[in-house]
Amino acid sequence: MSRSDYIIRRIGMAALTVVFAVVMNFFLFRVLPGDPAKAGIRDPRLTAAAQQSIRERFGLDKPLLINLEGNPFDSQFFRYFGNLLQGDLGISYNFNRPVADLLRERLINTVLLVGVGEVLAIIIGVALGLLAAWRRGTAIDVGVLLFGLFTWALPTFFLAIILLIIGSTFLGLPVAGIRTAGGASDPWSQIVDVGRHMMMPTLTLTIILLGEFMLIMRSSLLEVLSEDYILTAKAKGLSDWVILRDHAMRNAMLPMIALIALTLGFTVSGSILIESVFSWPGLGSAVFEAVGRRDFPMLQGAFMLFTVSVILANTAADLLYAALDPRVSV
Amino acid sequence: MAQVLSQAPTSVDTEAGWRTIWRQLRRSPMGLAGLCMLAVVLFMAIFAPWVAPYDPYAPVRARIDTIYAPPSAEHPLGTDDGGKDVLSAFIFGARVSLIVGFVASAITVLIGGLVGIVAGYYGGRVGGALMGVTNIFLVIPDLPLYVVLVSLLGPSIWNIILAIILLSWTGTARLVYAQVLSIRERQFVTRARAIGASSGYIIRKHILPLVLPIILAQNALVISIAILSESGLAFLGLGDPSLISWGTMLNFAFGRGAVSVGAWWALLPPGLGIVWVVLGWTLLGYVIEDIVNPRARTHHLM
Repeated sequence: MSRSDYIIRRIGMAALTVVFAVVMNFFLFRVLPGDPAKAGIRDPRLTAAAQQSIRERFGLDKPLLINLEGNPFDSQFFRYFGNLLQGDLGISYNFNRPVADLLRERLINTVLLVGVGEVLAIIIGVALGLLAAWRRGTAIDVGVLLFGLFTWALPTFFLAIILLIIGSTFLGLPVAGIRTAGGASDPWSQIVDVGRHMMMPTLTLTIILLGEFMLIMRSSLLEVLSEDYILTAKAKGLSDWVILRDHAMRNAMLPMIALIALTLGFTVSGSILIESVFSWPGLGSAVFEAVGRRDFPMLQGAFMLFTVSVILANTAADLLYAALDPRVSV
Repeated sequence: MAQVLSQAPTSVDTEAGWRTIWRQLRRSPMGLAGLCMLAVVLFMAIFAPWVAPYDPYAPVRARIDTIYAPPSAEHPLGTDDGGKDVLSAFIFGARVSLIVGFVASAITVLIGGLVGIVAGYYGGRVGGALMGVTNIFLVIPDLPLYVVLVSLLGPSIWNIILAIILLSWTGTARLVYAQVLSIRERQFVTRARAIGASSGYIIRKHILPLVLPIILAQNALVISIAILSESGLAFLGLGDPSLISWGTMLNFAFGRGAVSVGAWWALLPPGLGIVWVVLGWTLLGYVIEDIVNPRARTHHLM
């Protein structure tokens, strides 16, 4: 298979996965019980006219999949799909505003938190994983391994609660929301204010991701260090550092790229739990609030956004992997 | 025919294999630590009604002085937001974690193992299609889907388990698939096929015994993921309302002011309980995986 075939196949797979996610998202919310709009149309306290108006408002008067009587695409599914293509995710029950607008306002806050946390975790994780693999079996290695297993076992929200308590009682940091109400208005103090609010949520995310990245880096590098070309490099008299930098790291980083992308779904889950604890006004706390208020359009929209971004990130990582590693594409 | 095949060395190997795994597990400090940690939780969960000082499911009339009461002789771990004994709730909470872990992982591993074996053994279109479906499920972010499913279906323990199973079989399927692909080409399989053994027989006698240890290691990992998922859902308010779990304890304590009144005794035990049991399974899974799938034994920089 040629390189362009691989790229086309990979993009095709991503498109298929997005379609699957859309279909699943539609059916989950239309077919499963629990949506108040669906319960509302059967509420005997409402007049027939009111029930009909709810039905029309949410498009529930149309057939589910394919309209057999008129235009075949005039159905609930194709209306949902068409709206989605136009960026219309419905109206939030709770805020009575378009879900797409609400999610857009919150997206930037989540990207800020996840972006900084992810970058910090990658840098520290790669460095510690490298150290552990290089000095395999030493105290550093055992320490890294145990720390990795411990953070893996640590529930994200529990670490968040602990850091919230530490941050507020011992460090005097603000631990709720993103800005101080009525704070100074000049840009510099605003940046400092957001930065102070960010510290504990970001630290939580970094620690949670760090363990995983360390372990991945460690095992990936250990695998590379058992290869014959490392022995050859050693026999040439190169120093450990040169071997690590020029021979081992380049190959060990490849699986890291794919695995970091795979842990993105994990990052999304982490952001839901962390934002809920720190009342960080991002997508994750939107999910938390939507659950509490049974705001199904909001939940559906957030789920769609999460899924599509994880699919896109994975595809990007796979393509990057193919570009970096000449061995892929066979 | 069956006589000849039953003399194939695999079944004997596996028997010895299980014993080797057990012996190496006991010799590894990490494995031993994991086993001991889990034994404590298992004991606590099974004998909860006898170990716990109070019945956490019995209604308690909360008074202002019994809410978030600090640890005392009467309540070794204090009381919670409803004036109930935290220690008793903690002991009973172990049951939910273990049930979710065991049930979800058993079904997960069954589905994942089946998909992996069928896809790996038959390969071709069947394998491609099965692994395609696996790859689609693999990228769906877990917690958001669990939240959606449990919100729609209602927060019962069985719906939580169902949601967890729906996404976690993919890891096992991929792992087993890769393993079966390599076993399929080994000599004893090609020989068995050459003398006319049926696919079902080869899978049962030759493939299954070799992938079972890997499935076992994966099982420990899936249990820990299931327990973490349940606790996360419960913390978000989607735990089974009729059961006391460590996640719901944390949800109530955090949502009802334990942080601001400084009631650490309502927050630490359930949180540390989750860490304890998940760490136990993780250690066990890690050590078993290291025994059955030793990688990178050489190290050219040492």
